[in-house]
Amino acid sequence: MKEVLKITGVLTSICIICVFLLSFVYGIAVEKIEINKQKRVEDAIINLAPNAEKIEKVKIDNETIYNLFNNKGKIFGYAFIAEGQGYQGKIKMLSVIDVSLKKLHGIEVVESIETPGLGAKIKDDPFKTQFININISKDIECLKDDPKNDNQIKSITGATVSSRAVTNILNKKINIIKNLVNKK
Amino acid sequence: MKEFIKGLWHEHPVFRQLLGMCPTLAVTTSALNGISMGLSVVFVLFFSSLVVSLIKKIVPPQVRIAVYTVIIATFVTIVDIFLQAVFPDISMALGPFIPLIIVNCIILGRCEAFVSKHSLSDSLQDALGMGLGFTWGVFLLGSIRELFGDGSILGFRILSSNYNPLIVMILPAGAFIVLGFLVAIMNSLEK
Repeated sequence: MKEVLKITGVLTSICIICVFLLSFVYGIAVEKIEINKQKRVEDAIINLAPNAEKIEKVKIDNETIYNLFNNKGKIFGYAFIAEGQGYQGKIKMLSVIDVSLKKLHGIEVVESIETPGLGAKIKDDPFKTQFININISKDIECLKDDPKNDNQIKSITGATVSSRAVTNILNKKINIIKNLVNKK
Repeated sequence: MKEFIKGLWHEHPVFRQLLGMCPTLAVTTSALNGISMGLSVVFVLFFSSLVVSLIKKIVPPQVRIAVYTVIIATFVTIVDIFLQAVFPDISMALGPFIPLIIVNCIILGRCEAFVSKHSLSDSLQDALGMGLGFTWGVFLLGSIRELFGDGSILGFRILSSNYNPLIVMILPAGAFIVLGFLVAIMNSLEK
């Protein structure tokens, strides 16, 4: 009996000490972590829509949309976060859609663990820039060859799954955003 | 001093003991990822060894592994929080492999096999040696894979842009190939 008490006692007290230590460290860091996350989103918005004078975060039906205002105080676009399953894990990206809901201003991947050197190229230039001013009246299509229409992009060689994932996640979210904005 | 040196060469955790294979193979796609993983392991190994060495007398042997794991998990979580707060880019690049240091067998292995049987100062030397040995191992592996797979090291271009990258070096197969060669070289040097 004494043995059992000792075992339980030691294990419990060590766990309690560790929990206090962790909550102490987390308490110091939580603010910075939140700022970092917020900054990543804001940096991405500024990158995609440099003329955004004011960014306003609104929540409709559990979806977060950032209204982007130009220097005349008019909304010229909406930024949103789209996330979903990629090849190795979650892909999270920020995108800016024009107020006309007909074209994208571009995308910026904020979180992904795709294969370095292959799928990770979704973050980089030749692939990313294809989404600038792409037509979204129809779904975006992902092709293996050079695109012919203005709603098509070319996938990364050797990383078709990651490329497809990006367009699928985007298409799904764009449709949700279109519905929300139209309802508003 | 002897305890410090052995982890760097004769009992190198990666090339001689073949411990910690999961992070060794998975995160060494670039030299920077290798260094960050290596230094995180040094931190966790050092402080876990310190704490385990201090409390080993009061821990009942039946629950020692559970206790060690809780201690290791605590320090790993501290590293994870620290990286997220201070180096968000590195934290993003290493992703889930930081929390996975908890099950890195180098750390539990050293706590169980060495720290529980040796003095505090020997344990700390052992931890630093093993940790830094692991660090240069993953740094070397990461550099070789980044060099052949991308033509650069630490982001600096080494091979000319005409070089056609061997994509396989960045994929998992490349990790096994490079590790195999390095272990073979290590073995022949030891003979």
